[in-house]
Amino acid sequence: MSKQTTGAVLIAGGGIGGIQAALDLANSGYYVYMIEKNASIGGVMSQLDKTFPTNDCSMCIMSPKLVEVGRHINIRLITLAEIKEVRGELGNFEVDVFRKARYVDMDKCIACGACTEKCPKKVVDAYNQGLVKRKAVYVQYPQAVPLKYVIDAEHCIKLTKGKCGNCEKTCPAGAINYDDQDQNVTLKVGAVILAPGFSPYNPAGKLIYSYDNNPDVVTSLEYERLLSASGPNQGHLVRPSDHAEPKRIAWLQCVGSRDTNTCDNAHCSSVCCMYAIKQAIITKEHDPGVDCTIFYMDMRTHGKGFENCYNEAREKYGIRFVRCKVHSVFPMAGGEKGQVLDYMDEHTGKWTRTTFDIVVLSVGMEIGPQVRELAQKLGVGLTDSGFCRTAAFDPVSTSRPGIYVCGAFQGPKDIPQTVVEAGAAAMRAGIALAGGRHTLTRAMSPPPERNIYGERPRIGVFVCHCGINISGVIDVPAVRDYAAGLPFVEYAADNMYSCSQDTQDNITKLIHEKNLNRIVVAACTPRTHDPLFQETLLNAGLNKYLFEMVNIRNHGSWVHKEYPQAATEKAKDLVRMAVAKVAQFQALEEARLEIDQNALVIGGGLSGMAAALALADQGYPVQLLEREAHLGGQANRLYKIAGGESVQDGLDSMRIAVANHPNIRTLLNAQLTHVDGFVGNFDSTVAHDGGTETIRHGVAVIATGARESRPTEYGYGGDARIVTALELDERMRQPDPALQQVNTAVFIQCVGSREPQRPYCSRICCTHSVSAALHLKELNPAMNVFVLYRDIRTYGEREKLYKTAREKGVIFIRFGLDDKPRVQVKDGRLEVEVRDHVLQRPVFLEADLLTLAAAVVPYKDEQLARFFKVPMNADGFFAEAHVKLAPSNFATDGVFLCGLAHYPKPMDESIAQAQAAASGATRLLSQKTIRTSGTVAYSSPMDCSSCGVCTAVCPYNAPFMRTDGPFKGKADINPVLCKGCGACVASCRSGALCLKGFEESQLMAMIECA
Amino acid sequence: MSDFEPKIITFLCNWCSYGAADLAGVSRFQYPPNMRVIRVPCSGRISPKLILAALRKGADGVWVSGCHPGDCHYLTGNYYARRKFALLKNLLEHTGVEPGRLHFSWISSAEGVKFADVANSVIAEIKALGPAQNYAREPFEEITAGFGMQDGCACAGRH
Repeated sequence: MSKQTTGAVLIAGGGIGGIQAALDLANSGYYVYMIEKNASIGGVMSQLDKTFPTNDCSMCIMSPKLVEVGRHINIRLITLAEIKEVRGELGNFEVDVFRKARYVDMDKCIACGACTEKCPKKVVDAYNQGLVKRKAVYVQYPQAVPLKYVIDAEHCIKLTKGKCGNCEKTCPAGAINYDDQDQNVTLKVGAVILAPGFSPYNPAGKLIYSYDNNPDVVTSLEYERLLSASGPNQGHLVRPSDHAEPKRIAWLQCVGSRDTNTCDNAHCSSVCCMYAIKQAIITKEHDPGVDCTIFYMDMRTHGKGFENCYNEAREKYGIRFVRCKVHSVFPMAGGEKGQVLDYMDEHTGKWTRTTFDIVVLSVGMEIGPQVRELAQKLGVGLTDSGFCRTAAFDPVSTSRPGIYVCGAFQGPKDIPQTVVEAGAAAMRAGIALAGGRHTLTRAMSPPPERNIYGERPRIGVFVCHCGINISGVIDVPAVRDYAAGLPFVEYAADNMYSCSQDTQDNITKLIHEKNLNRIVVAACTPRTHDPLFQETLLNAGLNKYLFEMVNIRNHGSWVHKEYPQAATEKAKDLVRMAVAKVAQFQALEEARLEIDQNALVIGGGLSGMAAALALADQGYPVQLLEREAHLGGQANRLYKIAGGESVQDGLDSMRIAVANHPNIRTLLNAQLTHVDGFVGNFDSTVAHDGGTETIRHGVAVIATGARESRPTEYGYGGDARIVTALELDERMRQPDPALQQVNTAVFIQCVGSREPQRPYCSRICCTHSVSAALHLKELNPAMNVFVLYRDIRTYGEREKLYKTAREKGVIFIRFGLDDKPRVQVKDGRLEVEVRDHVLQRPVFLEADLLTLAAAVVPYKDEQLARFFKVPMNADGFFAEAHVKLAPSNFATDGVFLCGLAHYPKPMDESIAQAQAAASGATRLLSQKTIRTSGTVAYSSPMDCSSCGVCTAVCPYNAPFMRTDGPFKGKADINPVLCKGCGACVASCRSGALCLKGFEESQLMAMIECA
Repeated sequence: MSDFEPKIITFLCNWCSYGAADLAGVSRFQYPPNMRVIRVPCSGRISPKLILAALRKGADGVWVSGCHPGDCHYLTGNYYARRKFALLKNLLEHTGVEPGRLHFSWISSAEGVKFADVANSVIAEIKALGPAQNYAREPFEEITAGFGMQDGCACAGRH
């Protein structure tokens, strides 16, 4: 590794992908420049109401990350900017960046909004999809980062005509600067990550959709804003044209996707089926009386938890799914409201006409001309569909060394997959620049902590308006005034947005000015915002545990709309309780923990090897455990990747890289028998080669994979002509000359997947069968190939394979769960009977080869789950820390997840996730020491009666009996193992145990004051 | 009794039920403002003492909610909570406290609807029972007037 590599990375795009990559890199020793074309970061995710399949509030889960980027000492945000040119090569790039003038001084703007109020010029609001107007001086959205206003130079009257100047006159901070100039800056970086995102397909001008000039036909992104509580109608769902409550809403799928007639988008956009289901469910939650109908071609619910969501949508919410590609949308004649849809009803076989109040066009993803131009300028290759070209074994590297890619630009994908790729891209950049790690970063140096021991409590209370989210219901000034009168409250104030950066700075200032030593913030939920405020305390020299949050939004204004007065009283009570509690807080200490620099990777399949290589390439020693006698896992049995690359060639080069890597030690036939310890210091006992050894490691990656299920239907096992997908691959790999002689080959999909006993979709089988069908057609173009399927799920650019297969004459016949194909061997003939969905008649196929697309099933390794205290979901796959934003992490610190053990996925996605898991591990390893939580249990040995209940109750083995010293035989707590649940505390008979942060006296004070 | 608005001390575990309450908020599922939420890391943190204290200090009801069986963030805390709660509820019933004043539920962080539903039914049930009589009820005004001098709050003065 050259010593001259620049330890900085430029990330183009501030959406969720760019954000994740930036945080991974900045937290592992690299300086990050984030270039964003808009005035604030957040991208499309910031516009979403909720995210599928868990219906988490998009902004809620995202805003802590936005703020972390905005506050990060090693991330420099450059907004209103774009890349002009990239010179140089991997390790040493020079990037020319053009930055548009903001006309608002970011250092002076206090984001009060006075300028917006006085601005006379109304402009179409792009953040709200043009559904409402904003002013020419504006902020994109309330939680924007950076929360600084910006003047729209194209529309500002002062900048275009030289008149007005209202904002300059009103701004109390003197932040308006009409003389601001565009700038060109040149940045020196070692690598570039492209995360520009996608453009939603624009249906304007396509007459068949009746979208132009018809407000009641909306795109899905517009509908997202209509649903959103922060949208134009505050989440009150109405028909846009007349604000009447809609009774019937239709979703049209594949608008601008899988369509080469209306537009040129042959690809599937991967996410629209799920977001339509999500929107329909949210609609039903708004008003169960609304009739929701989704018109689709194939339901593509191929991700973790998606199929369940689809089933719930049908069965629990009564959402109607109609398989029909509706051709046109017609407005009602004679000026009446409503949109007319004509569609074929599959069950009756008749054309049906229904009128809908709102039609939602589920628009697909495409890559806009600017991004294509940028790619060309940078010398980055694109696919036919305009997405970035990458290889399956290196899924985030572009064709130009040193430039990486993540997110929808790499191919249509959802948020978790984007987050995975962001981690992978960060990892690849990190490997390339390993020599420059920690050369350009600055260390956080919070001021020394002030010792408040013995001080009288001086509490600061901050009550948040959250725009109108709280103050629309609760009388915020009244709560503030009430708080000011409570004991020990030294200062009380209200803020428009307590989470904004300037409020944070203001709180820091006030802590010093008023000499505050405890803080209460009454705002939203501590689950997302505790860390933010705690960091503010740290920056003000206060121990971060001298803080309590009061939830008056999620538990207040949002749920008590009908009771503004009582809600205000409740808010006062809650503030009083919090003040009583915080008054008793003492500074808590966090144990410092050394992170052992070794990594343990469990599972030597494709994902495990990829994770091991990613960590080893950065210089961390890796122990790679494999239960079998050889590396490679399921990939050993595979023939080709969907794109046509050979699996075995790629796998061989990985195996060689692993074998020759000085930092990787491979243990074959190895079995984990015991795990002790915790993040930073695990001791894992491994049995291998007849002996056992204990390995000390700081992090662990679980990549234990999954396997192909053994079918129990369609005559499997009774006839050599009936094989599973992997068995077919093995024959192709040999290659078996008999394959060429096959006259008729039949594939049956969903064998063991999407069934009541195993409800999930195995994600990879449709693409696999389609690829295999194509290969058979190559071997023998005269072969009859049939694919019997329920929904073809060739998501993303894999759709092209499906299209090609149909063009080559592969016949696709659909069946339903209640009418599955029947297989029988009659007089030595293998006969498959299926009811054709077009003919509505049974069809008999005489097959020479029947391939069953068997489900991918997890190993359900409960012992491993117990060893690392990680959960599994109902299907037996490991459950990640967060479905959307932490797909490769476990909630258990220091343990990471990738590959099939997480969920079925193709090889490119497995490798990306392995690299993302390694990226998460690197965040820990590169820090060398971390701090554990301060809210742990402790014991007062004087009170302990040595009953031992605590040791029996704790699942983490944190309590133990002292074996020596003056308190021999009395209970004590290992603070590093303690997770802070308090079960031992509540169970202690003698009151010897306490939980810091939730002490008996503190909870009693809250009860007392309730 | 129709004007009576009960005060209900509600203990929610941080990982599931508190999250459900957050989600109910995000989804705008409405319920009346009778609850006073105390966030605890786990329902396993709730000792009978805390529930008794709530009743003694004048709460008209107590609601404890944790993760679904098998979902506990701390693996088993909710089972311990349930055992303690079942015993205590039996005992209190024996001493004359109406069973309807004490509630226990499992609500996951994805169940915003369920949270609002349970909240509504808990409130309705306690409202129908009227003010709690079994424990000496200290008038609320006295507590606030003496704020800082009472047991729980007085500790603050020692710092």
